[in-house]
Parts: sequence; structure tokens; C-alpha cells
Amino acid sequence: MSGSPLLSVADLRVSFTTPDGVVRAVDGVSFDVRAGETIGIVGESGSGKSVTANAIMRLNFGERVETSGSILFDGIDLAALDDEAMRRHRGSDIAMVFQDPLSALNPFARVGAQIGEAYRIHHPKAPKSEIREVVLDSLQRVGIPEPTKRVRSYPHEFSGGMRQRIVIAMALVNDPRLLIADEPTTALDVTVQAQILELVQRIQAESGTAVLLITHDLGVIAEVTERVLVMYAGRVVEDTSVNDVFSRPSHPYTLGLLGSVRSLDSAGRGSLRAIPGAPPSLVNLPQGCAFRPRCAFDLGEGSACATTVPVLSEVGAGRSACHLGVEVRRHLIEQVGT
Amino acid sequence: MSAPVLQATNLVKYFPTGKSPLLHRPTAEVKAVDGVSFTLERGSTLGIVGESGCGKSTLGRLLGRLIEPSSGTVVLDGHDLTAAGNPELRRLRPQIQYVFQDPYSCLNPRHSIAESIATPMRVQKLYGRAEERQHVRDLMERVGLNPEHINRFPHEFSGGQRQRIGIARALALQPKVIVADEPVSALDVSVQAQILNLLEGLQASLGLSYVFIAHDLGVVRHIADQVAVMYLGRIVEIGSPGAVYGNTSHPYTQALLSAVPVADPRGKGTRQRQVLVGDVPSPINPPSGCRFRTRCPQAQERCALEEPQLADRGGGHPVACHFPLA
Repeated sequence: MSGSPLLSVADLRVSFTTPDGVVRAVDGVSFDVRAGETIGIVGESGSGKSVTANAIMRLNFGERVETSGSILFDGIDLAALDDEAMRRHRGSDIAMVFQDPLSALNPFARVGAQIGEAYRIHHPKAPKSEIREVVLDSLQRVGIPEPTKRVRSYPHEFSGGMRQRIVIAMALVNDPRLLIADEPTTALDVTVQAQILELVQRIQAESGTAVLLITHDLGVIAEVTERVLVMYAGRVVEDTSVNDVFSRPSHPYTLGLLGSVRSLDSAGRGSLRAIPGAPPSLVNLPQGCAFRPRCAFDLGEGSACATTVPVLSEVGAGRSACHLGVEVRRHLIEQVGT
Repeated sequence: MSAPVLQATNLVKYFPTGKSPLLHRPTAEVKAVDGVSFTLERGSTLGIVGESGCGKSTLGRLLGRLIEPSSGTVVLDGHDLTAAGNPELRRLRPQIQYVFQDPYSCLNPRHSIAESIATPMRVQKLYGRAEERQHVRDLMERVGLNPEHINRFPHEFSGGQRQRIGIARALALQPKVIVADEPVSALDVSVQAQILNLLEGLQASLGLSYVFIAHDLGVVRHIADQVAVMYLGRIVEIGSPGAVYGNTSHPYTQALLSAVPVADPRGKGTRQRQVLVGDVPSPINPPSGCRFRTRCPQAQERCALEEPQLADRGGGHPVACHFPLA
């Protein structure tokens, strides 16, 4: 793992002006993705995971959106590009897969034509025969049976899992170096989810594409990612290897998330360690640490927890944003048990 | 042992579908629930799991006759719900109440939560106004809501709080059975845990019995005393969580369990994952014999000819498979 990262996001901020006030959806997020790496972003609704992903693709637009920070992709700052230049990267170097495959596909167009369009836009001089070949090849790669026949089908003729394969085929048609997948399996049943996750892993092994996987499911994170960013209220609160997130979390929120998950082999009943309360409103974040109102280790009024926003600092091989000393935190977390 | 609080026998629901252009008659039937029987013991929880389209929600709705079964019976605490006429049904229904998945769409946005929670009491003409208000406050406290918020509207609450309102409303008529259809799947995990703890607490203090429908196998393992696994309108395996998860007998259950991502990266290399091929067949024309045979890794000739019945085949709990796993 050497050289400069493929993607380097620095101090990304996205805010939306709403009638209720300014929503700071993403508030100073920085992270790197190296070539070929699989990174997971995990967090609850409203934590800013999707807005971060959309910001990389420059999909948050409109008068009410304000974005700042830099997004270096292979040395080019995507945030500074004009629309025309951005369009050349979007869908070719960086591709995206969304949660709901049905709304990502045009119901009136054959899937072959839709995949072909994604290729043609970035290869305007490609002859029809080449496009056809590329489309068939991409359908084959994602495991659609009988591609020569299915290329002429419409989205409604496929099941949910097959539709998600088509969306993935479309994303891969230009051999992207970074694939952003925003909750790609959330709308699917577990058996189909397993098929899709296996597909993503296989494609990554074959092509060396870096994957940024956004999910709220810690199980999915554990299965496919190497590194994890935990987000809370628009900020990254922990950034570390997947093994450390599960075996030695260093942020109280991460610990809370792990406590809320029921595993298949934990024998039955007994109360779950729920995190009390609900995530804060992004319009009116609490002073100091945003997690403080729900945190079991809060140091109380007048302490750093109540006055200053904690910044990410090095903890072992990762980073974590908490005022408590690392040793104190580890000790407390071990007492609660993971 | 006392009599079960709820007993379903051979429940069947076929939905007519497709129109013949000439006769204006349905041309096919979706076999959503096709012969389901179970008993629910007093104070216990039956978890029903399965993928979308397996009939678990339809089954839930049949239990309180929210939809009419095509055939079969539901006996609630000794009374046959399916044979009851309207006046009797109105008398029996308070004993079986529902909590639904989406706390946003099951509350009227123009009603204060006092009205939402009180509506079942008014329908049953239980109390006078002042008494009713006191009951609503008690219920709110019981589910962990601040009774001072009694006049607020649904949009002023978070998802988890709205689910608490839904639970308070289900409790309003002091039911014996609550059918909870995916009560936590719309919520964030940290909030899911709060609601599950609440449901368990209520069960312990009020002696409630639950039919808990969910697609999340982890949630069901946590809360259920009995787990029924459904596939294409039928129960394929039923038993205690320990038996179904630990001593799995049906190949479908095994595939379902192995598909669940485990939140523990340490076991990543050692776990055997069995990925099912293909999709669930159409419930209009389910496969002959065993319905799972088209995707089953160990299907044999007999599976296509003969439908396996739910019976204990040596594993200690009922399973519908000719060749159960050891």
C-alpha cells in the first residue's frame, strides 16, 4: 500500500437550506480510498453517508445546496471541475449503484439499450457492433442468464436481484476505478443479498476496482469491507480496520451500534443494549460532541464533551473522535463488553 | 398446560388474479397462504420468518380476519373467529390487535396522538371522555412516551416514538394477542433495540402473546419462543429458536441462515456460505411436490412427485422435507 490514494476527500461540507434552517448534512468529512480497496461507510439514517457519496459524484446540486472542501480523484479536484469536465469522469472513472434498482432504470427502455447508452456516452465513436459486444459481455459478467435474449427485455421483466445486477452491469461497463455502492442490497431479500455481495466481491477481485460501500448493516460491513468509516450526525467518528471496529471499537457510538445488533448465534433473550434517545436534529446540533446526549461516558456539563467538537485523532491503526483518553475509553468499553 | 391462546388450522388464502376478457372472471389464483397450521401458547412469541412474497404478512392478516381466509379456521382463546358473525367478531377483535411496519403511514397525520390512541376505545364505547384521557396517558407512560405530549401530532415524533404510539394503540383494548408485522424493520438499529426491549417488557408485565412477523432472522431469534420458517405460502420448518437455528433440518432454512451477513469479520474465512441460485418461483404456479425443490441443492426425484408434510423426522421438531439435514 504505497503511493497517493485514488480518492482523497478533505474537509467536505455539504449543507442544505430548508425552511427550518440550515441542515449541516456533512460537516467536515475527510478520508482516503486507495486503489483496489473496499471501504465501508456505516451509520444510521441522516448521518450523512449518502450525501457524502453524492458529493463525490457531484450529485447534490441546486440553489439550496452549499458544498465545500476538496475531492481529489487521482490528483484531480472533482469539486473544482466545471460541469462538462465532471461529466467525463462521472460514470467512467467513478460509477455509482443505488439502493432501488427499479427507480435507477428507465421503465420504457430495453436494458441492453440502457447499458449501451452508458458506454456510448463515454465512447462516442464506438460502432454499434462494439457497443453490442460490450453490453453482452457486461451482462455475462454480472451473471444474467441468456444475455443475447435478455438484452432485449425491459426492467419490469426482471426480479429485484436481477435488476440490481443490471444496474451493476451498467456501472461497470466503462471499467471504473472506483465504484460507489449506496445501500445496494437494502431493498433485497437476504438470499438475493448474498448473491449480489458475492458478485461485487468477485468483480472487485477480477478488475481491482476500489469500492466505497454505504450501508447501515454491520453484517454487510463485516462480510465485504476492509476498512470502515462510522458516521454520526454528519461527521466521521471512527475510521479503522474492519477487524478493529468489531473487536476493539474505540468510539462510544460504535460500541452502541454493536450492542444493538442481534446475532444469529447469540442465544435468545435478555435485553439488548440499546442506545437511548434518537439521533439529533442536523439543524440544531448540540454544542460540543453531537453524540453527547446519548453517550454513556459523557463527562458532564462544563467538560470538553459539552463545549468542544472532538476531532479525529490517531488511535492504534485508526482514527477516532472522542474527548476521553484512549486508555480510559478502552477500559470503559471493555467493562461494558463487546 | 392451559389451552393455546391462538390456534390456526389449515389456513388458506388464494387471491384471484388476471382477467379473462370475455367472462370478467379471474383466470388464476395467487396461492399466498396454502395450508398453514400452528398454535400459540399463552404469554409466548411465535416468530414467522421468510422472504418477501412467502405469505407471512397475509398469514398475519388472516389471524384477525383483516382479510377473509379462503378456508381454514382461527380459534382465539376458545372462540372460532372464522365462524363468527359480525356482532361476535366485533366482540372478539379487541383481543387480537396489530402493530404494523411503517409508523409513518399507520397514524393519521391530522389526528393528535390522543385521538389515535383513543380511537379503538371509542369504537368499543369503553369509557367516558375524562376516563378515556386518563387511559391514554397511562398507555403513553407504559410505552415510554411523555404523557405531556398527548396533544401533539405524528409529525412531531421520531420514527421510534411513532412506533411506540402504534404499540400504545394496540394495547388500548387490552388484547391477549398482538400481531406485529415487521415492527422494527423501518427503524434504525439503535432504535430497533429500544422497541424490542419495550415489546419484551410489555409481554412480561401484561402476559401478552405475540405473533412476530419479520424478515430479519437475528431479530426473530432474539424475541421468539417458536420460529416458523415460511416458503411460498407454507411453513417448512417450525420449532424453538435453538432447534431451528442450531439444529436446522430444512435445506431452505439452512440457505436462509447462511445468507445472513454476520457482524463479525473474524469468522469471514471459515464460514460456509451457501448461495441459492435463482429466484422464488411464482406463487400462481408453485412447483409440483416440494415447493423448494427447484432451488434445493439436494432435490431428488421424489421431491417433484410428493409434497412433504410438516412432521418430526428425527430432528426433534417438525420439518417439511423428504430428506431433512442430519
